[in-house]
Amino acid sequence: MKQKLSAFWAKDGTRSVCASLISILIGMAVGSIIVIIVGLTSKTISSKGAWEGVRLVFAGICSTGRDTVGNLTFGFSPVNLGNTLFRATPLILTGLSVAVAFKTGLFNIGAAGQYLAGTAATLFIALEIPSAVVPAWIIWILAFLGGLLAGAFWGAIPGTLKALLNINEVLTSIMTNWIAANLVTWFFDISNLKNVVEYGKTGYIYKTSFNGVSTPKLGLDKLFPGSQVNAGILIAIVLAVLVYIMMSKTTLGYELKACGANRHAARYAGIRDKRNIVLSMAIAGALSGVAGSLYWLSGNTEFFWSTYQSLPDAGFNGIPVALLAVNNPIAVVFTGIFMSALTVAGQQLKNLTAYNEYITNVITATIVYLSAFYLVIKMWISGRKKRKINKVQTSAVPDSADETQKALLDENARKEGDAQ
Amino acid sequence: MTFLIQQTLIYAIPLMIVALAGIFAERSGVINLALEGMMIFGAFVGVMFVNLLLKSGAMEAAKQADQWMKLQGFMFLTMLVSAALGSVFSLLLSFACINLRADQTIGGTALNLLAPALVLFLIRIIANQNTLQLTKGDAATWFMVKKTMLGYDKTDKLGFLGDTFINKVYLTTYIVVLLFVILSIILYKTKFGLRLRSCGENPQAADSLGINVIKMRYAGVSISGALAGMGGFVYALTTANCTSNGDVAGFGFLALAVMIFGNWKPLNVAGASLLFGLFKCIAASYSSIDLNGNGVYELANIGLNANFYRLLPYLITLIVLMFTSKKSRAPKAEGIPYDKGAR
Repeated sequence: MKQKLSAFWAKDGTRSVCASLISILIGMAVGSIIVIIVGLTSKTISSKGAWEGVRLVFAGICSTGRDTVGNLTFGFSPVNLGNTLFRATPLILTGLSVAVAFKTGLFNIGAAGQYLAGTAATLFIALEIPSAVVPAWIIWILAFLGGLLAGAFWGAIPGTLKALLNINEVLTSIMTNWIAANLVTWFFDISNLKNVVEYGKTGYIYKTSFNGVSTPKLGLDKLFPGSQVNAGILIAIVLAVLVYIMMSKTTLGYELKACGANRHAARYAGIRDKRNIVLSMAIAGALSGVAGSLYWLSGNTEFFWSTYQSLPDAGFNGIPVALLAVNNPIAVVFTGIFMSALTVAGQQLKNLTAYNEYITNVITATIVYLSAFYLVIKMWISGRKKRKINKVQTSAVPDSADETQKALLDENARKEGDAQ
Repeated sequence: MTFLIQQTLIYAIPLMIVALAGIFAERSGVINLALEGMMIFGAFVGVMFVNLLLKSGAMEAAKQADQWMKLQGFMFLTMLVSAALGSVFSLLLSFACINLRADQTIGGTALNLLAPALVLFLIRIIANQNTLQLTKGDAATWFMVKKTMLGYDKTDKLGFLGDTFINKVYLTTYIVVLLFVILSIILYKTKFGLRLRSCGENPQAADSLGINVIKMRYAGVSISGALAGMGGFVYALTTANCTSNGDVAGFGFLALAVMIFGNWKPLNVAGASLLFGLFKCIAASYSSIDLNGNGVYELANIGLNANFYRLLPYLITLIVLMFTSKKSRAPKAEGIPYDKGAR
């Protein structure tokens, strides 16, 4: 049993999970400390308010509001859980996008631009094809594929520049992000998709449900009544599994990983490194494009089109999701849901206390910071375990030695007896 | 023309100083992707400090007494405070990348996420909105140098040069240019600069000659943080009317591009930042640019969409990078954590 346990501890996966959990805990602790410091120094926030803030940081997802006396109540909250799953959909996908690129040794900081490209293509297709002529589900599929292709194209640009001219993909991704932000604004500025029907909606594009196109709920709305959840989360999970299979069970995945490990060695082994780099960025881009696609196809979200001054958070939040999951596609599903739960907690914090939702971004940033020296944490964990195992072994050695001695003595005694 | 030059300088100056910040970090061997975050942090600190000055009443007293030298002194002080705290903020990057040998790209990204989050969190608590403004609305213009301050009358004609470089300018422009020159000389003509650069090229060799690589890299990143923090305040003062909202519109990243485009050399970087300043200026005010002063706004008459001008700086960067990538020569050891045992 002990051996099984120590083997379990020695496994790389276990250590990775532990390191991620430690990162999360430290991140939340840092967030809480900031909440407490701000609470104690601010005149408007009482120490009770600070304590409420800390509780919401850790358990915001279970928050059910305040009771009649004004105390925070916690419990099962279908709205929060459903919204967590809804918001997790784009996070899981951008997380997968960053993870796939990481496996090929590329840092895809351009998920935001790819997400915007997917958004624009999806909204255009979903709103421009009249649902009176074409069935809504066909439009949905077309819009989904459009988003996928647009994202793939936008991701392939930095990929191509990296493969052919060896320009740092971080830099080109940042540039393509801002180009996408301006292009998308330009595109919607001259389009006729601006919402002019509803009062007070200037700057927004029609919801896709205006054209009768929206992702089916598949009964998830019954499970989490009152929330925005839809089948998008299931598609995201299926894609995560597909990416996992592609990366670890196919030749393509093997080639991609080989390029990530050492581009030149892979080339020497006959792998077309340039093609693989472009392909990896295109796949990453497609996943980010789908993230945008699924988010806006939900039918109850509306896109603020004048986006040239800021990039969507969904793109950058893919980075912590992927890092926390150690680039494992299956783990991305869980970390995506965790990050989304954190966002929901931030909303609760904003609605129920004097704090605001940005504290969750601080927590996220802390987690990313910790994942930068992730290896150090992992080594620290394994170092501790090794020491423990050594201790067990050193205490076990004398015991067994005693036993062997005893056995020897017994044997000798027996032999002596035989001789007599 | 005067307008064009002044506007270009407004955008070019923060780019210049922040790109120099990038040079100091990368020449010492640490990729500083966190320039954007450090700028955001510096801008917040600067605006916060000016607000504190306003609160203490010292600034208003100086304004009332027309002591503009004193006001400029306050501004200089704010620059120093931004630089000092920017430097402190950069210690997070140094610690992770130098001591713990973390992945520098991820460390920088973390700081880029952390700075706006922290700043917005604090702004929302302090100001109850998403932008931190000065408590006195027009206080930012108090820092502006006007010709009346230099003893000229309001009606005096200064000529082209005077109008462009003395009237309605910020002293920050000249401080930054001076600083840029001094630091470039330090980087290239002093023992310290040579040692710093050697750590970015071959740290093992530098170490064998008795140079403390860890210390040098700390120095590089700290100078980088100070300059980026100062650049953040300069940006906030000159382009954002001394407000802070957890965003510097991608200037930090643009500075990074300028640095690479300028091939990690100060003189080229200065030229590159002027070029990008020009494009940024065109993007911001193309509809009111009058090239030859005949009252016709040439660029507005072409009839291109505003978004085209806005994406121009980024598109140009991309194209320029495509052409210069072959000649581009990054410091050899940048991005590689220093390992004493490696050969």
